[in-house]
Amino acid sequence: MFMPAIIYIVALVGVPFLMAFVYSVGDVKVGSTGYHFVGAQNFISILHNPTFIRSLENSFLFTISSQILVLIGANILALALKDAFPGRRFMRFLILLPWVAPVSIGSIGWKWILDSLYSVVNWVLVRMHLVKQFDTPVWLGEPKLAMMSVILVHTWHMLPFATVILLAGLTAIPKDIPEAAAVDGAGFFRTLFQITIPMMLPIINVAVLFGAIFTFTDMTVIYILTRGGPYDSTQVIPTLAFFAGILGSDLAEGAAISIFMVPLLVIATYMALRSAHRAEVT
Amino acid sequence: MAPRRARTWIAAITIWVVRVVFAVILAFPFYWMLITTFKRTSDLYNLKNNPFIFNEAPTLEHLRLLFHETLFLRWVLNTAFAGTIVVIITLLLAVPAAYALARLTGGWGAQLGIGVFLTYLIPPTLLFIPLSKIVATLGLQDSLWSIIVVYPSFTIPFSTWLLMGFFKSIPKDLEDAAMVDGLSRWGAFVKLMIPMSTSGILTVVIFAFTLVTQEFVYALTFISTAAHQTVGVGVPTFLVRGDVFYWGSLMAACLITSIPIGILYNIFLDRFIEGFTVGAVK
Repeated sequence: MFMPAIIYIVALVGVPFLMAFVYSVGDVKVGSTGYHFVGAQNFISILHNPTFIRSLENSFLFTISSQILVLIGANILALALKDAFPGRRFMRFLILLPWVAPVSIGSIGWKWILDSLYSVVNWVLVRMHLVKQFDTPVWLGEPKLAMMSVILVHTWHMLPFATVILLAGLTAIPKDIPEAAAVDGAGFFRTLFQITIPMMLPIINVAVLFGAIFTFTDMTVIYILTRGGPYDSTQVIPTLAFFAGILGSDLAEGAAISIFMVPLLVIATYMALRSAHRAEVT
Repeated sequence: MAPRRARTWIAAITIWVVRVVFAVILAFPFYWMLITTFKRTSDLYNLKNNPFIFNEAPTLEHLRLLFHETLFLRWVLNTAFAGTIVVIITLLLAVPAAYALARLTGGWGAQLGIGVFLTYLIPPTLLFIPLSKIVATLGLQDSLWSIIVVYPSFTIPFSTWLLMGFFKSIPKDLEDAAMVDGLSRWGAFVKLMIPMSTSGILTVVIFAFTLVTQEFVYALTFISTAAHQTVGVGVPTFLVRGDVFYWGSLMAACLITSIPIGILYNIFLDRFIEGFTVGAVK
């Protein structure tokens, strides 16, 4: 009874997954019919392409920074939401919106908030006399600011996901352990760093690793906010693969670029499975 | 005990500050969509105006424009149509698969189940290049049917994984008893297991549907004609004419799309999170 599902998945995930490898060592273009094996040629030309190297660095910067921010934010937020309080359901709805609303839609909202001329952020900064009226930051148009913006918007999008996973972990800690620690005189921070966080470690790992996978392979936020610009300063592996393979019609090059996501994907998945498994055993 | 009471007060205030600050930051873009939707264009584009308040009377003009002069309604209908068919395909394949995997003996079911779940982690940005070729071969390029065929490749893995948990929680004795009473295995599945897991199936319906509304990469890759798009791609890409952003209508579209999806998703979120944390939270 599971065969139809397996066949569907093999046909539309397994087969294209293998095809991506086959394409990456061939010369396929949109509309071309033949296929010639070209060995590592695509990979060699990619590795000589400064834009690719830049994208690879950007991908790591984008993923690591946003995951660090998510990790810190989600831990704080999960602790603040752990106990019941009036209005908890409504607050949970508000906090979850960035994750549950379509990310392309949320990103376009940010594009308006960070608009070069009518940015509300700039309006506030001008009123607070932090920047001058006619010299406001162009959030999406300056390399460093653009990178910062896409990282922050992505963090905004991923934070709720990590928070609810951590909340699930927090509620699973038996209440008597922190209580016993309090009786023994441990303060809030001591309990947090010596009991809660160590006990939460497997679930924190799971949240971070899934988050890293979703971040490293995502192109939506960057595609909508900057299209990888200005001057490729926010270009990442997935967007570059899209521009080369889909818009540039060079399927082989696009496939070869996207293959660079596989090692991280495999490592992160393996570690996530191990964390989940370890938590189950203990 | 005075210092102690003061400390509890400080703790209570701190925790509320954390809650409110996070809620405000995370929900701000949606508030901004709301206020932009009802503002007159002259109000929006006047740098002297305070952007947080209505400096001129609110207007319904942006909503009128959105519904009468853009393809927004068409995109909503396209999305609803695609979502419905994807849900049907998902149920037809994932329900039997999950049941079979849940009842497979000897650890095989669990292994296969994890295998199926892992395919959910293979990102669209790795598969879209080969899939664009597959879609073209099937003659589905630039058609809504391209995504209807491809989307189950990620809704089935997740739904199967979720439903496996549901079926496992139903004691096997119940089926055995039904089968002793003369029902076939298929009969027991249809007459007993499906009615008993309605809530699980409902969860899957909501998830498959919301995943369809949230997807961006495949729809952007396979569909190029504006009228064939889904709402998630249509709004951020086709509501922009040249370099002109119609921010009022754009934000109205974002708001109308996000809120219902947000509410739906919220109701079933806990189950979704269970899918990621099975094993890690015990």
